[in-house]
Parts: sequence; structure tokens; C-alpha cells
Amino acid sequence: MKKTDARLPITKTPKVYVGGAFIRSESARTYKVMAADGTFFANMPQCTRKDLRNAVEAAAKAGPGWARRTPYNRAQILYRLAEMIDARSGEIVDSLVTFGARRADAGKGMSVAVDRLIYYAGWADKYEQLIGSVNPVASAHFNFTVTEPMGVVGVIAPDTPPLLGLLSMVAPVIACGNTVVALASEKVPYPSILLGEMLATSDLPGGVVNILTGFRRELIPTFASHTHLRAVYAAAAGDDRKALRLGAADSVKRVRFVDADTAWFEDSAQGLEAIRDFVELKTTWHPIGS
Amino acid sequence: MAAPRKGSQGRAGLIFGDLWEFDPAPETADPKLKARYDLFINGEFVRPRSGKTFDSINPANEQKLAEIALAGAADVDRAYQAATKAFKGWSALPGRERGKYIFRIARLLQDRAREFAVAETMDGGKPIKESRDFDVPMAAAHFFYHAGWADKLAYVAPGRGVAPLGVVGQVIPWNFPLLMLAWKLAPALAMGNCVVLKPAETTSVTALKLAEILQDAGLPPGVVNLVTGAGETGAAVMGHPAAAKVAFTGSTEVGKRIMRQLAGTDRRMTMELGGKAANIVFDDAPIDQAVEGIVNGIFFNQGHVCCAGSRLLVHEPVAERVIAKLKNRIRVLRVGDPLDKNTDLGAINSREQLSRITRLVASGVREGAVKYQPPCMLPKKGFYFPPTLFTHVTQSHRIAREEIFGPVLSILTFRTVDEAIEKANNTPYGLSAGVWTDKGSRILRMSTELKAGVVWANTFNRFDPSSPFGGYKESGFGREGGRQGLLDYARLA
Repeated sequence: MKKTDARLPITKTPKVYVGGAFIRSESARTYKVMAADGTFFANMPQCTRKDLRNAVEAAAKAGPGWARRTPYNRAQILYRLAEMIDARSGEIVDSLVTFGARRADAGKGMSVAVDRLIYYAGWADKYEQLIGSVNPVASAHFNFTVTEPMGVVGVIAPDTPPLLGLLSMVAPVIACGNTVVALASEKVPYPSILLGEMLATSDLPGGVVNILTGFRRELIPTFASHTHLRAVYAAAAGDDRKALRLGAADSVKRVRFVDADTAWFEDSAQGLEAIRDFVELKTTWHPIGS
Repeated sequence: MAAPRKGSQGRAGLIFGDLWEFDPAPETADPKLKARYDLFINGEFVRPRSGKTFDSINPANEQKLAEIALAGAADVDRAYQAATKAFKGWSALPGRERGKYIFRIARLLQDRAREFAVAETMDGGKPIKESRDFDVPMAAAHFFYHAGWADKLAYVAPGRGVAPLGVVGQVIPWNFPLLMLAWKLAPALAMGNCVVLKPAETTSVTALKLAEILQDAGLPPGVVNLVTGAGETGAAVMGHPAAAKVAFTGSTEVGKRIMRQLAGTDRRMTMELGGKAANIVFDDAPIDQAVEGIVNGIFFNQGHVCCAGSRLLVHEPVAERVIAKLKNRIRVLRVGDPLDKNTDLGAINSREQLSRITRLVASGVREGAVKYQPPCMLPKKGFYFPPTLFTHVTQSHRIAREEIFGPVLSILTFRTVDEAIEKANNTPYGLSAGVWTDKGSRILRMSTELKAGVVWANTFNRFDPSSPFGGYKESGFGREGGRQGLLDYARLA
């Protein structure tokens, strides 16, 4: 027998991150993902409608606790997540390169992703002062408007850039106290599997962010129709947009679409608007008197 | 079993703490102090050109803690030169990069929180439970909060751009040394300014320990410069021509002096000065909660708090009850070793402050108010003052008008809402006020009528980096915290 020094690497079984645990699809279905050079990379969970419903349940369970955290605490947890991702961003960059990204672009993308997460971490205890208000009503009332998170929000990530896109969409939604069920890029899902592993080692409570992999055409109808999803933030076009709008009409769901020409690497891809679209406004009247 | 507490025999009504003495529970973490602290200029610790030093002592036992460099005019000038040189690069950094430095400072301070808490307590005399649970975490929170603003400055003044001012001169007091430093540094840095800061002469240690953190964080040299010394150094910092703005926290008297000193220049200023807050208790208030709030309002940090609730205004129908409960409550306050985790009142910050408190208390007795102090054993060495209540106080008494800055509460009464408002506002100060009532509409009426920068309702002495703090009238101008505070370190572009 020929002796060799070459050690056969261990291939990782990709599992999706739902409710703070790493699971396979309940259907036990997978789909094959190939590296850019055409070689086999891994079998991805092909999540089903049922998986999506389970994820919504996990997100709903985590919701009240996350919403009740102080804004300062949420800010620190998001910052901690940025620390965890930055320290391991090489791993994500490698995986993006495996799937065809240029190394320089992937590296830049990860830097932007981490900075963007810190940007939204900073918003957690600041947006209220810009979105809420005290209202000068013409009577002896103290009248003020405060924000409240909507609840569970569905996020449908773009294919390019797969990871920066996903993080840019998830960060504002959780910064203001919502929980998320996200669908990773169908074409390049593996970086978001890695993201799930980083989420798991951050201080983010399980269930606040749940990431599924699978086929958009199978899952978009459920994102559209699931009544417990209070909003959907989607990178979608054409018929997908219409399907989401139609489903949203049934439960008057909030929908925000990512512009097709979003410059993900630029500062214009981030802003307070992304938070404002995922909070409700509540106005309270209270008399002033002796 | 421990010995019965001394002085407890023969008093009516046994209360908690009468039966047994507490065992000592000292905090033993190493404060990692150096024997000598130099000035922190241009990113380095440097010997003062003045060649002089002074001692910082532990007010709890009067032992020398460290030797501190005394900055003269030449040293202050050197600090301003370093800051002026650093300004170009620092202000040109993208906000997100500046923010990262400030996040680092917040995190490194959190890492060393216990060490800083012990140092703060030894240097200033405050109870370890306060430095541990309030001063240090709140200082870190201020850095963390303002770090997050650095890349969002476009939102600070909607419709207008903002730009940094340049070099800011800052002088801070001895009551919350590290926290006041954080209040001053964090917004100035987030906005892109550079800083020359002078801590109070009795409490320089934690500022200089923070300089170690600034080094560890890799903050560019000259962005923050710390000069230590007393009033003369402070006047040099406030008066330096290279300062684009000065920010001062301290007594109204010194604040006025600085305003006179700078008259004729175009220097921007913010002033956070003294106070004589009214803490107003109505008959429908939750009395036990109010008593806790009154105690916190005046005995927090030995009453060395500019926004302390030092005038209790209590509604006549409940006055007797409130005062009786209050006397009972302060009997169990523990005065003594600040490093003991059970201590409620630590040491008075300095001999000078102790004699000021003693003088004002004597004036209260002389002018006819009735003094109450619970029996308590004070340590023989160090500066201590027992918790003190005055009843039968009138508005003309010095103890009702002047800021005592010690654990001394003056109690007045009122009959109507209007009378409460009138009495509360009858002061040249206007920093804070407290209202205790079950009625929401009354809280809002009071908050509307009270001439004070902060009104606490059914709570007291709450602080948050997101909540603007500052005074009306002779309590100063400008705000610290929130968007408003940030704007005080910017010019509109």
C-alpha cells in the first residue's frame, strides 16, 4: 500500500440555523451546491414551507424577550456580533471566493458588512429620538409618539452579494427589536451557513435570527401568505414582487423591496429608513393638570 | 454571633440592622495604581515642565495614594499644541473609523471595570457599590453611545451639516471623576474635536488610568491630552487662546469666573454648574417609594451631586409620616469604609469639603432649623459626615438656599400645588427637580412649571447617555447626552 502524507479533509454538513439550533430540513431534502470550479461542494438543506412555519414560530417565541431588551443592550449585542464576524471574516471571504467572488471584492464586502453591522448597532439606542416625537397639540395634553417593533419579519436575501446583502437587510430589522426569518441566497447559500455559526457564538439570543436555505420559488408564496410575518423585506423582482404584494394584501403586511440598483458596498445602502420601515408608531395622549 | 450594634439599646422600635453588626465585606480587587502619574500629552506620559507635583490622598484614611504632576501654563500650552496638531487628522477621519476608536475605549473600560471602580473609590471616597454599579458602567455606556453617533452625524442637525469645532478645553469636578470625563470626552471625540482636559485636583487617578486605555486603544497622539492640577491649571485650560470651546462642570462660582475670564473672546462655552433641587412629595405619593427616592436623592455619593435632591418639599398632610419614616430609614444607612460593599455613605471627598459642610450645618442650627442625625460611629481617620436632616427650615435659611454638596437634607412643607411650584422655583439654580405623586396629570403639570433642566417623577438620580442633562438659570447652559449634547460640540456647516 502506498503511503501518503495527504490528509483527506473533513467536509462539513451544512445545517441551517433556526431557533438557536442547527438543523436539517424537516423534509430531509437537500440540493447540490457546486463550487465555482465545477466541483461538488456540499448538499444544502432544501427547506420547505413547513420549515419556514417552524422558523416563524421560533422567531415569534424569541420576539417579546428581544423587544424588551434595552436599546443599549441590543446595541451591545449587535456590536458583539460584529466582533465575532470580524474575527472570522477570513472564513467567509474564503467561502465567497470558492463560489466565484474575486478575493478583493469578497474582502471589501466583509469589511463593509462588519462596519454596517456596527452602524446599525449604533442606531439601536438612537433611532427613537429621530423617528419618535413629542407633538405640540393645541390642548393641555402631553402627546408623544414612540416606535414599537413590528414582530416577526421575513427577509429574502439577494444572490449578489449574498452575505453582505443578507446582513445589510437583517441588521436594521433586529436593531429595532424585531426577529427575523431569512432566506439565504439560493445560488450562494454557504456563507450564510457560516453566518449562522457566528450568530450562535455571539450574544444574540436563539430565535432572533433564523436563516433558511432552499428554493425561492418554493418559499416565496409562504413568505407572502404567512400571517404571523408582519413584514417582508425582500430582494425580489418581477413576478416575485407581485406574489409578495398579493399575499401581503391578505394580512396587510408591510413590504419593503430592495432596489435593483442598490450599491451594496456604498453608504447609500444603509440608513435610518431601513429601521423606520420596520417599526410601528404609537401615539399616547395624557392630560396635563393639577 | 456578632455583637449587638452599638447605640441600639433603649430606642423604641427595633429596626433592621439593630441586632447584629455586619461583618466587613471589603472589595479586594487590585486598583493597579502607579506611585506617580505624569501628564498625558501627545499620547505619552510626560514629566511636567513646571517640575512640580502634588499628592492625591485617599479621603477614607488620609493616606497618600499617588503623586500627581502639576501642570503649569507651559504644560497646558504644550497640550494645546499637541491637540491642535492632531485635529487635522482626527477630524478628517471618516466617522465610522473615529467611532471604532471610541467603541474600543468603551470595551477596554468594560474589561477593566472592577479595577477602575476600586481606584475611583480609593481616590474619591465614594462607596464601592456606587463606583462599581454606577460610575464605571455608566462611563463605558457614554463612550459606547457616542461611538455610535460618529458615523451618523448627518442626522444630528437635519437639514444642516455639522462640523467639529477644533480643540476643546474641558474642566471637570471631583464628584464623579471618571463619569464626568466620559461625559466630556465621548461627544467631543465623536464629533471630531480634540481635547485638553483637566480633572479635579483631588481626583486625577482614574483619568490618568483612562489614559492607559487610550494608549491601548491606539488613539492617535494628541487627540486627548490630560493635564492635572488645581485652579490655576484650570484657568490656563479655560483661558488658552487655542481653545475653540470650553466646557466646564463645577461650582456656579467658578463658572461665573470663567465666563468673566472669557468675556471679549468668541469662545463657545457650556457650563454645568451647581443646583439646589427640590424633591416634592405629594400626599398621594407611594410613601415608602418616595422615602427611598428621597434617601437616594440626597445621600447618593454623600450628597456630592450637583443635581442632588437637597430640598425636600413635603405636602403637609403627609409631612409627619414622611419625616418619621425618613428618620427611621437613615438610622440603618451605613457610613464608613468606602471599599466595604455594604457601605451606603463613604468618605467626604476632601478636608476642605468637610469643613464647608460642617460650616453650613452649623449655620442651619444657628438660624433656627432643627437638626437630626442618627447615632452612628464614624471612622477616626478620614473625612466623614453623618447623614443629616433639618426640619423647621424656612426659605431664607442658608441651608435652603446654598448648595451644601454633602449628605444634608433641608425639609420644608407646602399646602397647595401652586405653593410647591413657587417654593421649588424660588432659587437661582435650576438643574433638577423631583416629583412624587400617583397622578400622571400632576406630574406633567409640575414638569411644565418647574424651572429645571431635568425633572424626575417617582424616581430620582437617573442618568442615561441618551438623555440630555443640564441646567436652567444659574445651573448653567448646554446639555450633555443625547442628540442635543452632541450638537454642543459642533458648528453648523
